[in-house]
Amino acid sequence: MTTFNLVVVSGGTSDPSSTRLLADRTARRVSALASQREHAVTVKVIDLRELATEITTALVSQLTGPKLTAAITALGEADGIIVSTPVYKAGASGLFTSFFQVLDNDLLIAKPVVLAATAGTARHALVVDGQLRGLFAYMRTATAPTSLFASTEDWSDPALAKRIDRAAFELLLFMESGFAQQVRGESWQSYQHEFGSAGGTEVSIDLDSDLMRLAAGGSATPPPSS
Amino acid sequence: MQFGVFSVSDITRDPVSGETPSEAERIDAIVRIAQKTEEVGLDVFAIGEHHNPPFFSSSPTTLLAHIAATTKRLIVTTATTLITTNDPVRIAEEYAMLQHLSKGRVDLMLGRGNTAPVYPWFGQDIRHGLPLALENYNLLHRLWREDVVDWEGKFRTPLQGFTSVPRPLDDVPPFVWHGSIRTPEIAEQAAFYGNGFFANHIFWPKEHYIRLINFYRQRYAHYGHGSEKQAIVGLGGQAFLARNSQDAKDQFRPYFNEAPVYGHGPKMEDFMEMTPLSVGSPQEVIDKTLTFREYFGDYQRQLWLMDHAGLPLKTVLNQLDLLGEEVVPVLRKELEAKRDPEVPDAPTHASLVKAKYGDTPPRQPRPNANRGDNVTGASPYQDSELEASYPSL
Repeated sequence: MTTFNLVVVSGGTSDPSSTRLLADRTARRVSALASQREHAVTVKVIDLRELATEITTALVSQLTGPKLTAAITALGEADGIIVSTPVYKAGASGLFTSFFQVLDNDLLIAKPVVLAATAGTARHALVVDGQLRGLFAYMRTATAPTSLFASTEDWSDPALAKRIDRAAFELLLFMESGFAQQVRGESWQSYQHEFGSAGGTEVSIDLDSDLMRLAAGGSATPPPSS
Repeated sequence: MQFGVFSVSDITRDPVSGETPSEAERIDAIVRIAQKTEEVGLDVFAIGEHHNPPFFSSSPTTLLAHIAATTKRLIVTTATTLITTNDPVRIAEEYAMLQHLSKGRVDLMLGRGNTAPVYPWFGQDIRHGLPLALENYNLLHRLWREDVVDWEGKFRTPLQGFTSVPRPLDDVPPFVWHGSIRTPEIAEQAAFYGNGFFANHIFWPKEHYIRLINFYRQRYAHYGHGSEKQAIVGLGGQAFLARNSQDAKDQFRPYFNEAPVYGHGPKMEDFMEMTPLSVGSPQEVIDKTLTFREYFGDYQRQLWLMDHAGLPLKTVLNQLDLLGEEVVPVLRKELEAKRDPEVPDAPTHASLVKAKYGDTPPRQPRPNANRGDNVTGASPYQDSELEASYPSL
């Protein structure tokens, strides 16, 4: 039996919020499926509403407040992540994208992620696959093939529950496979990364590089343009 | 333990008076601030280097030479000297000259500079900033230690039979600090050469700097310069003082709120909690500064940022009075008492001369007559057996 750390990131702003609800339903399905397969799941929720001022502070001043620090720690320790945002003006909420923009580039490398969004109209359905997927590709996450979208009418449609099941199962399989741990453990050096940029969760410093040899009095490799 | 102040040389509008000082006023003010640093009993004054407004310090050695000429004890240094956009040959020449004129009261801190447009102004490219910095220092290191240098690298014209003049004072190069906020390669280079490492931990959480400084310490020991605790570490800090805590906060808050870089963002109290900034009574600044040693180990140099964000000269001078009278004497005593006896002081010219020569007189290079250039004739110095080498024709 394995216990997985599942982290929910919700950009919902009301309380209760349908955005949070969609993420919670997915998290519950992950837990239920995991227990059928004799695993356990602990769920941590990051409600971005509570981090709003720290996120904007980090955007303009590089300063990471205590709540944001705790959120980064939780994501660093996460085995799987469910992210959920409301759609505003045909895009993910600014709070939601700002949060991911202030994270270190390398924090989420290879981590399994389920993408989810809510909106008032089905016309926003492609925001998840058209916009969020690109953001998480940049973060180099292992994004589940099934993404979730719920507009007003979907809440009464059993098809939503089916999609939640699918996404939850995909996330669980990613976590069970140990994909993220193996990538980070065995292949970290082959991903572009910077020192300290994975919130301190990265493995040790690579001393066997051209730059390290140059630092220790060696000679430089030619710059790409010359 | 050395204490001092560092300035980024920003010319910022005073948000209380609404006045922006002229370049002339600010340059006069920085000279006065440096002199005051010595008068109140501190050890070090450091100036930044910038090549764009609203900064004035494009020519640090000129400024520091003037400051050295009008002070007696003060060590003048930089925070930082750009090892990327400056030619290492010019750094070797200019700082050796400054070292002679200041009678050895100089060291320097090297940094890369993170303003992308500055690089092309000097024919460089920020995308190669790190290898450029590393290669340039490798060359600088040799220019100060070898009378005649043949060198070829990736970023600069090759050198054949080049002698950097003047040779360093007493043939002992200025001590070098490498400044970095997130680059292990820079820490590695500092460790490889046994140079100092300076972490300006103004913004990032201390855990990040603890990792970087510990890495430097381990590598310093790995390269055989001493034990980890003997590595030479400097730290930044920022303070604003008043006799009582609330006055300090009230007086500094308008400057904090509109400061370059972090203004219009965090609350001052949050910033104080998360960064080395101390705003408060002398005792509060003492207490906060003492925590640095607990996080990073015994260290050799503490610099504070005291003059930025538009603080008027009069205020800065009052700040320095408080720092010198009430804070630093206590810190000296407390840190001395806590310090591991095996931990050395920061190197000075006197200590480096002593380490190189013991009780024998230092080398005083005297050139051979009338060479005209560096590649004809034999050894450039009378006491040297070195032969200059010639480019093949």
